[in-house]
Amino acid sequence: MDLIRLKNVNKKYKNGVTAIYDMDLSIKKGSFVFVIGGSGSGKSTLIKMLYREEKPTSGQIVVGGVNVAKLRNQKVYKLRRKLGIVFQDYRLLPKLTVFENVAFAMEVLGAHKDETREKTLKAIEMVGLKNKVHNYPDELSGGEQQRVAIARAIVNNPKLLLCDEPTGNLDPEMSMEIMKVLENINKKRGTTILMVTHDKDIVNAMKKQVITLKDGRLINNKEKGTYNDEDI
Amino acid sequence: MMKIFRMLSRSIRDAFKSVFRNFSLSLASISCITITLVIVAVSIIASFNVENFTKEIEKDLTIVAFLEQDATSDDVEDLIKKIKKLDNVDSYEFKGKEKVKKDMQNESEVFNSIMSDWSKEDNPLKDTFQIRVKDAEQISKTANKIKKMDKVSLVRYGEGMVDKLVNAFSSIEKVAYGVVIALIVVTVFLIINTIKLTIFSRKREISIMRLVGASNFSIKTPFIIEGMILGLIGSIIPVLLTTFGYLSFYKHFDGYLFTELIKLIEPEPFIYTASGIVILIGILVGMIGSASAVRKYLKV
Repeated sequence: MDLIRLKNVNKKYKNGVTAIYDMDLSIKKGSFVFVIGGSGSGKSTLIKMLYREEKPTSGQIVVGGVNVAKLRNQKVYKLRRKLGIVFQDYRLLPKLTVFENVAFAMEVLGAHKDETREKTLKAIEMVGLKNKVHNYPDELSGGEQQRVAIARAIVNNPKLLLCDEPTGNLDPEMSMEIMKVLENINKKRGTTILMVTHDKDIVNAMKKQVITLKDGRLINNKEKGTYNDEDI
Repeated sequence: MMKIFRMLSRSIRDAFKSVFRNFSLSLASISCITITLVIVAVSIIASFNVENFTKEIEKDLTIVAFLEQDATSDDVEDLIKKIKKLDNVDSYEFKGKEKVKKDMQNESEVFNSIMSDWSKEDNPLKDTFQIRVKDAEQISKTANKIKKMDKVSLVRYGEGMVDKLVNAFSSIEKVAYGVVIALIVVTVFLIINTIKLTIFSRKREISIMRLVGASNFSIKTPFIIEGMILGLIGSIIPVLLTTFGYLSFYKHFDGYLFTELIKLIEPEPFIYTASGIVILIGILVGMIGSASAVRKYLKV
């Protein structure tokens, strides 16, 4: 079963730049996919369209049964509840503790207190920060902050986890830790993970499905792919 | 259902937190609402009073129709039927010439001495109808219709004075309403701007809320409630002013403004109504202002 399906997707920005050309792509449920490509290859645009930060100019995008291309602004939240998103810059709230930051994602959906507490602790445990529950983000290292962000992204048990260069700000050691966390989530929860990156070492070490973009076109889609400099 | 309740209580809690956390910003909004509402309250009191004494004066307005000398009792019956048919007639009273004579005699001694030797036959006075109308603005039309009826010789209703008075009052009222509306619009814009500042300082929080799938409703509600709280706080001083200001004003003038003709509205329950309106306007202004400010941040 495909969790993500793109059909003839084009994206042209208002300033005239075309970021995505006629893209067809499908991603299976439960898979772990890297999206690689140089700057301006359209990988960021692709991921933004998947969580409906951007709308495609034409074509069809279906994520978990939701027709993203036709989703109205007011209904975007319905899509967002089905997926988790992790960014390079963590996007945590500085005045909230680790627990509060993760619980925030459930509170705003109106979840029950006990349920919030239970799921929040589970997610924090999954990313290995059980002993930092009451710390504030600025007391944590970059890798730990990113793990908080991951915990927040998976607390609602989404089918899909989108990661936009999650290791971009981290050193190789911390990056590998993050990758271990992500792989663990993928295996244990069956969460489909789509990760945009330009970290060669990570891609080569993980041996996962790799999608290569160049100038807005999909040029390579390989199971157990590697980071090929010549393509980019 | 519980979910909505939880979300609502969370919104109210957040709104109160935000009001006090960003107190300097809140104070700007509150004082701006306060100033507007004071003027709005004064305008409301003025226009209600104007409306009141327009009505009082209108109540006293009567058309007096004088009949021809030779009008018989059949003619009078006929006229009563016709007058009854007119839309604008509220009530009428027939006064025969003998009754008119008696009334006038009672009124003054001079008349009494002159009229005392008039017999029933040579009474030169005329039978009259005194007609009260429903709508004072239509009084001249009604008077003209009555004048055209058979056996009516003359119609009087204080033409020039009445028209001028009614016109003057209705234009005072319009000006007052205009001022109120203009002020409300200005305040709404000011509120929009102050709330925008509050929202700007919480932009990050809003973007994360959007990211994790909070609905627009649950993002908006705290801000809208915050606006309502600001409006409510902003209406405290205007309400006090309305209540105690009008009470002392009323006492000072003993219920009449300048002449016995212009009677002020009794303070109770009028001050409660006026305060209610002021509070309502305050809350609505805060609500509309913050709703439109937050809308801009919710577009993707």
